[in-house]
Amino acid sequence: MKKKETIPDQIWMFFCSVKLTVYTLVLLAATSIIGTVVLQNGPPQQYIALYGKGFYNLIKVLKIDDMYHAWWFLLLLLLLCINIVVCSIERISLTWKIIFPGKIRFNPDRFRRLKNGEIFTQKKDFQTLSSEYKVFLTQKVGKVLEEKTDRGCVFYAEKGRWTRIGVYVVHLSIILMVLGALVGSLFGFKANLQLDEGATTDIVYTAKTRAPIKLDFSIKCNEFEVKFYDTGAPDDYRSNLTIIEDGKESFTENIRVNHPLRYKGINIFQASYGTAAPDSALFEILENTTGESIKITLRIGEEVKLPNDQGVFMLEGFLPHFKFRDHDLGEAFFGKVFLSDKQSFQIALPTKFPTFDKMRKGQFSFVVKEFDQKYYTGLQVTKDPGVWYVYVGFILMIIGCWVTFFISHQSYFIEMEKTDQNTTKVLVSGKANRNNQGMTLKIKKFATILKGK
Amino acid sequence: MNSSLILSSTTFIYALASVFYIGSFSFKKHMLATAGFWVIVLGVVGNTTGIILRWVESYQMGYGHAPFSNMYESLVFFAWTAAVLYIFVELKYRESIIGVFVSPLIFLVIAYASFDPSMSSKINPLIPALKSNWLIAHVITCFLGYAGFALAFAFSLIYFVKPKDPNSNSVFAKLPSWEIIDELTYQMIVFGFLFLTIGIITGAVWANSAWGTYWSWDPKETWSLITWFVYAIFLHLRMMKGWHGKNLAFVSIIGFIAVLFTYFGVNYLLAGLHSYG
Repeated sequence: MKKKETIPDQIWMFFCSVKLTVYTLVLLAATSIIGTVVLQNGPPQQYIALYGKGFYNLIKVLKIDDMYHAWWFLLLLLLLCINIVVCSIERISLTWKIIFPGKIRFNPDRFRRLKNGEIFTQKKDFQTLSSEYKVFLTQKVGKVLEEKTDRGCVFYAEKGRWTRIGVYVVHLSIILMVLGALVGSLFGFKANLQLDEGATTDIVYTAKTRAPIKLDFSIKCNEFEVKFYDTGAPDDYRSNLTIIEDGKESFTENIRVNHPLRYKGINIFQASYGTAAPDSALFEILENTTGESIKITLRIGEEVKLPNDQGVFMLEGFLPHFKFRDHDLGEAFFGKVFLSDKQSFQIALPTKFPTFDKMRKGQFSFVVKEFDQKYYTGLQVTKDPGVWYVYVGFILMIIGCWVTFFISHQSYFIEMEKTDQNTTKVLVSGKANRNNQGMTLKIKKFATILKGK
Repeated sequence: MNSSLILSSTTFIYALASVFYIGSFSFKKHMLATAGFWVIVLGVVGNTTGIILRWVESYQMGYGHAPFSNMYESLVFFAWTAAVLYIFVELKYRESIIGVFVSPLIFLVIAYASFDPSMSSKINPLIPALKSNWLIAHVITCFLGYAGFALAFAFSLIYFVKPKDPNSNSVFAKLPSWEIIDELTYQMIVFGFLFLTIGIITGAVWANSAWGTYWSWDPKETWSLITWFVYAIFLHLRMMKGWHGKNLAFVSIIGFIAVLFTYFGVNYLLAGLHSYG
């Protein structure tokens, strides 16, 4: 009597079908393309400019601007995971019985019918030959099972029964990786930090939402250094960082690209760098009528008296990009000049154009002679408690794939039959649960060796 | 003697091998295929020498890095992995006739590296992100994977040219039996799949030590995952659904298109962290 399928049964059947696996994988592969073609995590204006307002609404609804975290994509991943789990549960009880059968049995007729069977006759008597073959099979494969037949006997040996577990290891590894990614996104963070040389902080901002996160320790950037090759290509970025805990310096370490600092579950990576605003510079002030000049180092906010007490110059600040008549003249200091006749005006001193202030044709002209280029270091600060699940998944995935594809459950069969001329007729055959071509080659090789005995 | 010269000579050696294989196929002369095999072996010797010499030259220039850092170098290495894998397959399966599909492919890869004017064969210093011991493991495993898929692609093409009728007069009737082609395609895909898997994993571990995330959905990563999905589909269709023949060969060809897009398309068409090759 056929059992009637209940609705839970039908759901179970749906989730354990390989068809579902294939369709889910096709959908995952096809939809993943979208995110490599459509800009990800861009600002709204950019989407509107690229695709127009109508498509932007569609992008927003389907979260295509961050599609790998969109609900429908995560749903596909979840579907794949359920599929894997249900499939594995469905099949593993059967596989388990094959792997641990209690008593190993074999059916000689099945091996006699195999296509790869090699038949030959040896000029040795049955007793000697069978004992030699038994030793050979034991050495090459493993424990030999023996069965008497009418005119001789059959040997059976096998290896690699356990390899049938390989595919479950692969599937488990995928679940572990997904789990690790989940743990990482729930309990970890990815943040950026721009730290000027000399600055200290214990607050980082997450890459996506710019939400502040307070660390258990402070990071101080002592120095940033960038080295270039002769060709001008960057050679090395290095930040010298000090970790400060409870107001005390814990330790100091250099980090470079590919050589992060890992401390208390927090990883600090060298990601980028840039120029930070310098806090002082050496200026030359020229009195254009007399030719008199003075040189002086000023910090931002400091003042200096102009030659012959004719006024004051105050250094106000630094601009990384000074715009002059729509041109970007680059880095510039700016300050205010107070002349003794109560006149005051602001001046800008682009560092790359030392004669810029002369063109103003004033009584005094100012030139930036030198300043210490200061850098900021761009750090990526992450915490990912899920990474270990993922790494275990990686290892299991490689081992599982290796076992599944390259090692098989192989059974070998030798039949010996006495003939009337005191010779022995031999049949060698074998089967494997995968790579039958390889097994055929192996049987050929076996037969060649056995003929030589 | 410098590496560029040796590598461009290697291109001609592979071209000669293709000529021999195609000749053997067209005129049904086995001797020509044997010659082709030895010429490919010679090509691999040249290819290997070129790669090692380039490595040495980079040390002499003071940069000192493995020759896996730009498109030119990766193509040269791709040709090498494909040729080595082919030699292994021919030795194992004793089917020299398949060389007619593989040798032109190897030649095309290295010819593209040698003759495309936009391809720079200059040895450049490594950018900081590439300075890692993971570079060698990552590149070797990825390209072994690509080589497996390239050979699988070549074998899959046989399904579309070999006539159904074994007594046909067509030159393609001489191609290996359906079982052998099926087995070869499968073996190459399994080989490619294992190495692509290791390649993606080494890449992820490396990314985690360089950028702090093992996966960031960068176009190169995403496309390698798409490729992995396609071949995972292939394996499930073959092992669980019993697919064979043309339909399955079709999946293998789609897989190789994904490989090509991962390799070239991402570099030329999409922006990302991986634009060096």
